[in-house]
Amino acid sequence: MKRFIARRLIQGVVLLFMVATIVFFLGRLTGNPVDLMLPEDATAEDRAALVKTLGLDEPLLDQFVIFVGKAAQGDLGQSIRMKQPAAEAFFNRLPNTLVLIPWALLLGMALGIPLGVLAALNRGGLLDRFAGTVAVLGVAMPSFWLGVLLIFVFSVELGWLPSSRMGGPEHYVLPVITLGTFLVAGFMRITRSAMLEVMESEFVKLARIKGLSETTVIWKHCLRNALIPVLTLWGVFVGNLITGAIVTETVFAWPGIGRLTYEAVIYRDYPLLQAVIILKSILILTINLGVDILYAYVDPRIRLT
Amino acid sequence: MSDSAETILDVRDLHTHFFLRRGVVKAVDGVSFTLRKGEVLGLVGESGCGKSLTALSVMRLLPKGAARTVQGEIVLDGENILKRTPSQMREIRGRKISMVLQDPQTSLNPVFTIGDQLREALVRRAPAKLKEIIKQAVAALRRVDIAAPEQRIGQYPHQMSGGMKQRVVGAIAISGEPEVLIADEPTTALDVTIQLQYLKLLKRLQRENGMAILFITHDFGVVARMCDRVAVMYAGRIVECGPVKQIFEAPSHPYTRALIASVPKMTGTRGRLTAIDGQPPSLMNLPAGCRFASRCAHVEPRCLEAYPGTTQIGADHTADCWKIGSI
Ligand SMILES: Nc1ncnc2c1ncn2[C@@H]1O[C@H](COP(=O)(O)OP(=O)(O)OP(=O)(O)O)[C@@H](O)[C@H]1O
Ligand code: SF4
Ligand SMILES: [Mg+2]
Repeated sequence: MKRFIARRLIQGVVLLFMVATIVFFLGRLTGNPVDLMLPEDATAEDRAALVKTLGLDEPLLDQFVIFVGKAAQGDLGQSIRMKQPAAEAFFNRLPNTLVLIPWALLLGMALGIPLGVLAALNRGGLLDRFAGTVAVLGVAMPSFWLGVLLIFVFSVELGWLPSSRMGGPEHYVLPVITLGTFLVAGFMRITRSAMLEVMESEFVKLARIKGLSETTVIWKHCLRNALIPVLTLWGVFVGNLITGAIVTETVFAWPGIGRLTYEAVIYRDYPLLQAVIILKSILILTINLGVDILYAYVDPRIRLT
Repeated sequence: MSDSAETILDVRDLHTHFFLRRGVVKAVDGVSFTLRKGEVLGLVGESGCGKSLTALSVMRLLPKGAARTVQGEIVLDGENILKRTPSQMREIRGRKISMVLQDPQTSLNPVFTIGDQLREALVRRAPAKLKEIIKQAVAALRRVDIAAPEQRIGQYPHQMSGGMKQRVVGAIAISGEPEVLIADEPTTALDVTIQLQYLKLLKRLQRENGMAILFITHDFGVVARMCDRVAVMYAGRIVECGPVKQIFEAPSHPYTRALIASVPKMTGTRGRLTAIDGQPPSLMNLPAGCRFASRCAHVEPRCLEAYPGTTQIGADHTADCWKIGSI
């Protein structure tokens, strides 16, 4: 297990380096940030001075080495717009996104997993088709559209729930539904197919031969096995949520890292964008590692080797 | 086995079909046999002739969906279990009738410990304190010759060898002291020496418990070693049934003869059924007459017209063939 974690950590570092490289060079391709940072009437001297302080006059490769060196020490540069370290801006906003994720995951699982089990039990039946429709809708419906729809119905028309910004529990409802809906479908489909596979297995037959009740057979013997593939996708889902947060947070004016990403793009705040992408990658990698450890806990075949 | 032994399982004219979009697969189509208390009855036949499906029909554990038992009676200890409700069947399974599956690698749930899986079966028999149940589980493992059972109950299936897993499956299957055990090719997946050990173990357990075993196999060597009587199945039906010795020495049905002739030598444990020329008929489109007709050297017109009735050959020996006594 320790070796497994160590290997994953090394892989993570390599991956991060690749992300940093891509981000850095892409950033340079999209134009010179100096123009954006200076007022329109800036003189050539002003420009030259700024270029020098930003180190943009060095050869590209040297810039990259400096960038990586600084990044390794935790310095991801200054946000142009916010006039504060980019990492600081990220970590200020991060908790706002993180508070949404568990609820969205919970909603996705609470609906998706039982729905998947029921769909598998009723394979080809009415319930299965209903669940299938839910799945297609959940995936096909763009979250900005769902978000706008929810705002229209529950905030504008009914006036039940606030449409934007953070606040009390009622502020969470619509963003969480918007984020979670995508996951309901995902969890449902994986649970369904995993259950169908597990239900065919011999050990399920043996459980029935023992005379166990159908409830025990399905919800204990089958589901526990079906959860293994479901869990592996947790990492992917959390990744989806963090990425998906861009749209949802923008729609709901939610001050999280999703909206921060959006702002960084809109204002061409490229140091901020770089920092956000790298830090998000670290976040997703960490979550994936956590999920793998959890996975090992559920599946003894992994834990004990 | 004395002739007067009491019948524990009586299967009469069992029909289990798959209803598929492209037609009806008559996988079990008129199977009858009896199993007496304490005996081992072998069930042999080529792959796909319906042995497993017969077993699953008797357990009432058909694959969900298309398969249904449409006709017949399964009389277990005096009651027709086809008339029992699913919850009554759960009471019967494990306690009166149980089963060992073919593949030990997949018969145990990978995410629960051996002890957990045994406990579930033991608790059903007689609810007791956890400590008591653990003691019983250890004893159950010891009974199937598992060394250091105290340690083993905390282990997961993947930590055991195939032979060991199959013995654990055996321990689970018989933990409710069933009167009937169905063993569906329990040794096919094991290597030869382990096979022998397992067969000896089964035989010992059978003697200790006095349970009856329906032993499904491809292997005539295993039949010779394990069984008192043997039923030969062909295309969804039993075509010959009798004491092992008689079937080996004087097989009556042309199919049984071909089977036995195809076994190279009846010594040792080898003796897998090798191919007989031709193919069995499609189970979707069974002929009106004898099902073996297309491969039979003795076929004559009446064989094609009607299914031969069951002929009594000896006191305990029957076969379904028109030409019994004349070939
Ligand atoms: N799920 C299914 N759908 C349709 N037909 C099936 C299905 N399962 C089994 N059958 C048919 O039922 C027949 C009997 O299958 P069964 O598993 O009982 O054979 P078997 O005698 O146990 O063979 P083997 O020795 O290979 O285990 C097969 O020929 C197959 O065509
Ligand atoms: S009934 Fe006819 S075809 Fe069938 S086994 Fe007997 S001789 Fe052969
Ligand atoms: Mg079979």
